[in-house]
Amino acid sequence: MAEQPCVDLSKTEAILGSYPHEEPSLIQVLQDVHRAYNYLPCDVLVRVAEVLEVPLAKVFSVSTFYKAFSLEPQGDTIIKVCTGTACHIRGAGQLVEELERKLGIGAGETTEDLKFTVKTVNCVGACAMAPVMIVGEKYWGGAKPARMSRYLAEGGSDEN
Amino acid sequence: MRIESKDQFAAFQAQAREREAGRKKRVLVCCGTGCLATGAREVAEAFAYEIAERGLDVEIGLGVKSTGCHGFCERGPLVVFQPEGLLYTKVQAKRVPEIVEKTILGGEIIPGLLYKNPADNERIPAYEEIPFYKNQVRVAMRNIGRIDPTDLTDAVAHDAYAGLAKALFEMTPDEVLDEVETSGQRGRGGAGFYTARKWRSCKAAPGDRRFVLCNGDEGDPGAFKDRSIMEGDPHSVLEGMIIGAYALGAHDGYIYVRDEYPLAVVNLQAAIVEARKAGLLGENILGSGFDFDIRISRGGGAFVCGESSALMRSLAGKTGEPRAKYVHSTEKGLFDLPTVLNNVETWAGIGAIIHHGGAWFASMGTARSKGTKAFSLVGKVKNTGLIELPMGTTLRHIIYDIGGGVLKDRPFKAVQTGGPSGGCIPENLLDLPVDYERLTEAGSMMGSGGMIVMDDRTCMVDVARYFLAFLTEESCGKCVPCREGLKQMLGIFDALVEGRGRQGDIERIETLAAGMQLGSLCELGKSAPNPVLSTLKYFRSEYEAHIADRACPAGICRDLTAFEIMDDCDGCHVCFKACPTNAIEGTIKELHVIHHDLCISCGACLDVCPTDSIRTFPKIELAVREVV
Repeated sequence: MAEQPCVDLSKTEAILGSYPHEEPSLIQVLQDVHRAYNYLPCDVLVRVAEVLEVPLAKVFSVSTFYKAFSLEPQGDTIIKVCTGTACHIRGAGQLVEELERKLGIGAGETTEDLKFTVKTVNCVGACAMAPVMIVGEKYWGGAKPARMSRYLAEGGSDEN
Repeated sequence: MRIESKDQFAAFQAQAREREAGRKKRVLVCCGTGCLATGAREVAEAFAYEIAERGLDVEIGLGVKSTGCHGFCERGPLVVFQPEGLLYTKVQAKRVPEIVEKTILGGEIIPGLLYKNPADNERIPAYEEIPFYKNQVRVAMRNIGRIDPTDLTDAVAHDAYAGLAKALFEMTPDEVLDEVETSGQRGRGGAGFYTARKWRSCKAAPGDRRFVLCNGDEGDPGAFKDRSIMEGDPHSVLEGMIIGAYALGAHDGYIYVRDEYPLAVVNLQAAIVEARKAGLLGENILGSGFDFDIRISRGGGAFVCGESSALMRSLAGKTGEPRAKYVHSTEKGLFDLPTVLNNVETWAGIGAIIHHGGAWFASMGTARSKGTKAFSLVGKVKNTGLIELPMGTTLRHIIYDIGGGVLKDRPFKAVQTGGPSGGCIPENLLDLPVDYERLTEAGSMMGSGGMIVMDDRTCMVDVARYFLAFLTEESCGKCVPCREGLKQMLGIFDALVEGRGRQGDIERIETLAAGMQLGSLCELGKSAPNPVLSTLKYFRSEYEAHIADRACPAGICRDLTAFEIMDDCDGCHVCFKACPTNAIEGTIKELHVIHHDLCISCGACLDVCPTDSIRTFPKIELAVREVV
């Protein structure tokens, strides 16, 4: 396993403390961990396996099965381009291409300065506004490649 | 306040209705995900500020309410004024003072904010008169857009938990089951299994402990009815589940919500907390002696978890891999105990069925598909949004009367229903009445109610490839026919769209499809070939053109398509600005030209051209031109 930077485990302990120590808690714990660190650090997975008494292999299996989890550090702002059917036929692909031109990264990748991660997601359920892009927490409906700079500049805010 | 008896509930109900009646005037601001994206929160705050500032709450009994999704997301933020029933679309916060001044105090309508009917450009003031709303019959979505989803009292004023009180105090669990059977309701998540039959089978299974689950893992791309219900009327879901649990004698419930629906989780959680406080959930519900509680579980972002056995594994903290169903989950489901899993829309209908009676529900719909059904009408259609209609409504009525027809009046090509398990229905079947059987006969399925309208600028081979790519990514990989079948099929489709198709590809696709249908473990794999087979059935000539002519008739597949500007270009320069690769040359008011060496065939120019002066042609002809 590649060397991971040391992370502060106290956040993990706090999360583990709020769930029963059993296998059914695993996904919920990993979700909270993911939110706290913005990815699943290796050391944390080891600790989670230990405390929940789930084999590490199983923790790894769950961590790689679900799309919500990343084993790599992610950018501060996550850009999700919806590629559901409605968005697909209204030009979601062009948004992904424009991001590639603007940021130099494809879907599933993170910029070197850890500022942005680009993801494609299968339908966020906002199909009536297709194509939809989510920058941080901000939803952009009827998104157009030509307006990408604006989305990137404004979207990182904490607005809900 | 905790409600501890039938009488106390009746008193609470009366009080809630009185409060509702006391509010003479109301501003309803839609705060669904769609409208929030366009600034609905700011609009609601601006109204609240204006009302407080001018003392209008006391003076004219004016209140503002943030509601769930009105369904008409494309025109958001939406604001409805009661009692007039006036609808304003695309309202921005900065216009709120003007609206309060003119419309609320002055009784004057601001024409620019009214809905403009794309059919005749008429502006329609009344909510109920807009064709999009006029034709709907709402059961599962009865209170969405009318109530504040975070206010239990408001929900109760609109009949929430009335069905539960009736079930607990006037009916035995078996009578509840009979009533659901009378309604003829079938599962709203896809396959359409009879709700009552599922419940009976679970109830008959041995054991004391059973579970009631709600499937909120609405994964079909293009469908969002469940999201809107969970966000806009979470109490309807809770009420249905409590009634179901009472009928089954279950005490534990879970709602499994997709990771992509954060607002649904927040609103459901708040509703659960409120319901517990009011004695509607938890121990000794309404003093009836019946105990039942619900927990929310967030999914991890896996489409396959919408499948029942995968969902139950995921709830148990494992990877979401389905199992073979020799034994039904009604007998051995979550933690190997008897379990009933129903879709969000199914649960949302139960309260209304008990309250109004099964016969009322069964009076709507067709012979075997009773009641109403929610659909998300999206894609290349003028009025996109969420609708609920009686079963048996024709596709033509839905797309043309409610949807207003195809965007930009382009020719209609197909409507895709049922998500990745469904298919594409062509124009000659537009008069098909929509119910479970008819859609299946047409090679598609009901699925979770997504309806994606496609115009002539949609390539059916590309659409089929899209679903294959989707499923290849989402296949859990447990069984070979699904995992490998999808991969091989996707390989063939990649060749087709890139101009590498070979004679015999169509037959190879059909062979693979038959193997997957026969050998896959779960419905994901079994139904995966549907989008492919239905497009092959109705649009075979498009496949043949991709193979024999190296051409994409719709002009979508990039490797096969070139673009050119025709002589009637008036030089408006719009395409010049839209082109991402600067492949277009031309000065304003003069004929523009596309440089084929720079063009990536994305079609951005064609989509924006106001005079329809850009055409597509097979790329293969470019080579011919060079030789000449």
